[in-house]
Amino acid sequence: MSQSKGRFGVHGGQYIPETLMNAVIELENAYNRCKDDPDFNRELTELFNSYAGRPSLLYYAEKLTRELGGAKIYLKREDLNHTGSHKINNVLGQALLAKKMGKTRLIAETGAGQHGVATATAAALLDMECVVFMGEEDTKRQALNVYRMKLLGSEVIPVKTGTATLKDAVSEAMREWTSRIDDTHYCLGSVMGPHPFPTIVRDFQAVISREARAQILEKEGRLPDAVIACVGGGSNSIGSFYHFIPDEGVRLIGCEAAGRGIDTFETAATVNTGRIGIFHGMKSYFCQDEYGQIAPVYSISAGLDYPGVGPEHAYLHDIGRAEYVPVTDDEAVNAFEFLSRTEGIIPAIESAHAVAYAMKLAPTMGKDKIIIITVSGRGDKDCAAIARYRGEDIYE
Amino acid sequence: MSNIRSAFANGKAFIPFITCGDPDLETTAKVVRAAAENGADLIELGIPFSDPTAEGPVIQGANIRALAGGVTTDKVFELVKELRRDIKIPLVFMTYANVVYSYDAERFMARCCEAGVDGVILPDLPFEEKGEFSAVAKQYGVDLISLIAPTSENRIAMIAKEAEGFIYIVSSLGVTGVRSEISTDIGEIVKVIRENTNIPCAVGFGISKPEQAAKMAGLSDGAIVGSAIIRILEQYGRDAAPYVGEYVKSMKEAIIS
Repeated sequence: MSQSKGRFGVHGGQYIPETLMNAVIELENAYNRCKDDPDFNRELTELFNSYAGRPSLLYYAEKLTRELGGAKIYLKREDLNHTGSHKINNVLGQALLAKKMGKTRLIAETGAGQHGVATATAAALLDMECVVFMGEEDTKRQALNVYRMKLLGSEVIPVKTGTATLKDAVSEAMREWTSRIDDTHYCLGSVMGPHPFPTIVRDFQAVISREARAQILEKEGRLPDAVIACVGGGSNSIGSFYHFIPDEGVRLIGCEAAGRGIDTFETAATVNTGRIGIFHGMKSYFCQDEYGQIAPVYSISAGLDYPGVGPEHAYLHDIGRAEYVPVTDDEAVNAFEFLSRTEGIIPAIESAHAVAYAMKLAPTMGKDKIIIITVSGRGDKDCAAIARYRGEDIYE
Repeated sequence: MSNIRSAFANGKAFIPFITCGDPDLETTAKVVRAAAENGADLIELGIPFSDPTAEGPVIQGANIRALAGGVTTDKVFELVKELRRDIKIPLVFMTYANVVYSYDAERFMARCCEAGVDGVILPDLPFEEKGEFSAVAKQYGVDLISLIAPTSENRIAMIAKEAEGFIYIVSSLGVTGVRSEISTDIGEIVKVIRENTNIPCAVGFGISKPEQAAKMAGLSDGAIVGSAIIRILEQYGRDAAPYVGEYVKSMKEAIIS
């Protein structure tokens, strides 16, 4: 009997229709050929540096540090990347890989629209066709990003099934991939889905911690005490954690979207409220009912509004290497406004979840301690929604 | 050897699919009986799942209607127990891995055995992942049905060698749903299957018309029809049983003639 592949402890695997099995095997083989290939890596680094604007800054947030009165806070500025978030790291890697595999068409799911915009961008740059699936609910919350994708030459398909959010966009992208495999690569946006996606996406996002680790050593001559990032599927957080995992002294903290609170049904805090299950190609933690029906999750953040979490996070939780904490809508919105005012940096509402937890944690730590917060994206896209949250109607 | 083999004993098998609880379990019971009385050789009973990623819009709709009506895995087991008082043909569950996993695979298979379910089809459980389910299924005499797709190619022999019950040949790329044409070389797939196993194989995905069913069953041992039956349920709701019966009869006649 063949062995299950891509396990992180009990999590991971390849729970997908037989129709897709040869496609993921082909992808795994192609990735194994490329990942240590100097030419592939040279090309990718060139794209990172000359197109996406890497390395991203590690910025000492002096005012934020002073205001909070505790640990010294650094921001890893993924919001400064081209297209405005960390998503471009993974997308450039996967698009280049797809191109090497002879694929001419990219499909992707998107929640907030950041991954969709990044995929549309890579497709434009690399002369590929692109179709993005987006929950209809999210196309309304993130109308500007829908326009950006179309401007970049992509087709955007609103998904009306289920809760019409990120999970339904993933389901629909998987269905589309099952019907058209030959010329199409499914450019999955997070460290989730069937093997090899959780590994591929992590490796491309690991550039975040590779840079951050070197940058903090250069600035402070030592490692940080904590690294904090938001977790939906978990791509920016795994990227932020990865090269710190062997450094036992560095706390790794993932901030989940608690929505209206983990004691309500309107939450998307998977590790805090979910159980182990099998969905979207992987075994991991999922928000679900007692019969395994996937729960309709909720968060103000379209990018964290997902009922599952990547299998490597589930494993890091199981072994106690990383902590996963819930952050509510209210806390995230406060942090969104606080960082904007104190540092002149408008974070994505997703990233604001990480900032919110740092606001609680930093004051409890000594001034000799160091925190790195990953600002995974910029918040321009969220301004209208946050204004609405505060009862103010503005036109985009 | 399970009861499933008996479905293929009387010529080509006709296998209808019905989502349990669409629109309610009483209707499902009537529809199953109508299908059995009109020549169904084996019936696939769908346990609804919130996010059926292998299904097209028609069966997705059935899943949503069934869940909205309050169907649960436990209620489906009760339904099967009730049906088993008079239904003798093999019954097979079709659902998603999480439904079985969250119920606890061993408890699920034990209840299948107790209720009289002969097999389980999990479209999101490929060959590489079946180990954790097949061991307990075997223990309770439940066949874990394998699927083979148009893209399986070099994998067909490996899958066929370990297949149990019958093999579900997926006729086309994509998700379930009615198709006007099936272009996959089914004959070639069946040839490789036959070289590796003697268990029967049936073709599903996209079949709706009697002539399609006849052609697919001609190339294999049977034809599976889902979306076309769900459409009848969509149209007639609680009154669907006689219409499904009529449809099953026409399909069975087409494949044995």
